[in-house]
Amino acid sequence: MTTPEEAARAAERVARESYGRLLAFLAVRTRDVAAAEDALGDAFAAALRTWPKDGVPANPAAWLLTAARRNQADSFRRSKTREASEPYLRIISEEIAGASSSLEPDIIPDRRLSLMFACAHPAIERGIRAPLILQTILGFTAEDISAAFLLPAATMGQRLVRAKTRIRDAGIPLVVPEKEELAERLDAVLDAIYAAYSKGWNDVGDAGVPEIADEAVWLGRLVVSLLPEEPEAKGMLALMLYAEARRPARRDAAGAYVPFEEQDIGLWNGSQIAEAERLLLEASRSGPTGRFQCEAAIQSAHTARRVTGVANWPAVLALYDHLVVLTDSPVVVLNRAVVLAEVEGVDAVLDSTMASLGEDKRMIGYQPYWAAKGHLLARVRRMSEAREAFTVAIGLTTDEAVRAYLQRQLAAVNQPNAAMTAIDLQCRP
Amino acid sequence: MRFMMLIHHDEPALAAAPQKELWADYAAFNEALKKAGAGMSAGERLKPSSTATTVRQRATATDVLDGPYADTKEQLAGYFFITVNDLDEAIAWAKRCPSSKYGSIEIRPVVDA
Repeated sequence: MTTPEEAARAAERVARESYGRLLAFLAVRTRDVAAAEDALGDAFAAALRTWPKDGVPANPAAWLLTAARRNQADSFRRSKTREASEPYLRIISEEIAGASSSLEPDIIPDRRLSLMFACAHPAIERGIRAPLILQTILGFTAEDISAAFLLPAATMGQRLVRAKTRIRDAGIPLVVPEKEELAERLDAVLDAIYAAYSKGWNDVGDAGVPEIADEAVWLGRLVVSLLPEEPEAKGMLALMLYAEARRPARRDAAGAYVPFEEQDIGLWNGSQIAEAERLLLEASRSGPTGRFQCEAAIQSAHTARRVTGVANWPAVLALYDHLVVLTDSPVVVLNRAVVLAEVEGVDAVLDSTMASLGEDKRMIGYQPYWAAKGHLLARVRRMSEAREAFTVAIGLTTDEAVRAYLQRQLAAVNQPNAAMTAIDLQCRP
Repeated sequence: MRFMMLIHHDEPALAAAPQKELWADYAAFNEALKKAGAGMSAGERLKPSSTATTVRQRATATDVLDGPYADTKEQLAGYFFITVNDLDEAIAWAKRCPSSKYGSIEIRPVVDA
């Protein structure tokens, strides 16, 4: 006999460990992700009913898969004409037999990568790709995801449903693309995972959000393990790990924001930094340098500078030069300007790069631009302009801790003799 | 899956394209479509949108209008049908179509009978 609690715990464990794997396997042939979710959801419900009575099966994942496949076949039979569904039902029953005879959970083929490529397909709207991956691979609900993406849960739910309908109806395949397309398409998958990570990282103050960052790192590890030959996947994982390693140092005891230059490096997670360094090295050995590798290399250089105390600005600047070419992004140009100020001097950068960025419409509502501008102006004692820039930055901030930090900077500008703290160099793509 | 591939052109841009090369490419493309087997049908080219007539029937009257359905920069200029496994294969055919260089190809799954 199994108690209901034990059964529920067993179901929960299987859900956590194999949800995405089961869902991907169920959806890969039909491309109907929503129907596969329903079939799997019903299978979990059946498990909670029968496991307390009959005991937890030897291979819970295979049991769930068999039950879900049966549900899928039933609903297929209901929705299609008998004749049209015959060949399909035969395939399903063969697969059920195959899956339940192989009782090792690892023998359920891992199709999660195929599912991720479908979720990050160019025909899927960019903004919904990361939520879709979080939902299908990790089983997050629309509600879980909506907070991190600053959307009402109902809106997030509708957009997820629409995206899944689109995978089915537009004919988006659940496949890993051919070699010649792989690099370009992988970028979209990595972008989506990194977007999920950034959501979790930028708003560390909110309850529940760090979990999304953890899960994004987990997804990064999954992609690296499934595509060990792809250097950009390693580059992205390394980039996330550099940021993760600094997480304990990003807030002081009172919860206030601590910029990179002032962080206590004793609080950095050494093993995560070591892992990031190793991944970056492997990536640079095995292929061309892409955006994520380049950004990770910049983080590596900043980390080394803080640890050794030896300035390495020209090397960082060279990495930024490369990154500007790769991304053509004003955010990268902004980050580069901050480094350029260390090499060529603050006045030169204010007159050149910062002035031309100021004409870019995308920068007007971008808080880090105004914060960086405020810092640079304050360093050359152009206090009234610095005051204005910090004020705009404060107005654009949504994170309470960052706002408090910027308010301290503004107060320092108002006391002409106070020393300005260094600018925050954490890369925000 | 069966897809209808709708070719849209910016008509002045098409007129400015090197005609001889364009139609030679089209002949090769249609040949490739034919070779690709059952369910593929070679492209058909439509006369310019200036030749279009649009009809709308309403309760009280029937409107017959001079001109295309939507007055946009890119106009429907032709179409072809393909039967392939999924959207990625359809995208591959859209890229092969010479018109993708001068206009755009809209990929629409056909509802199963």
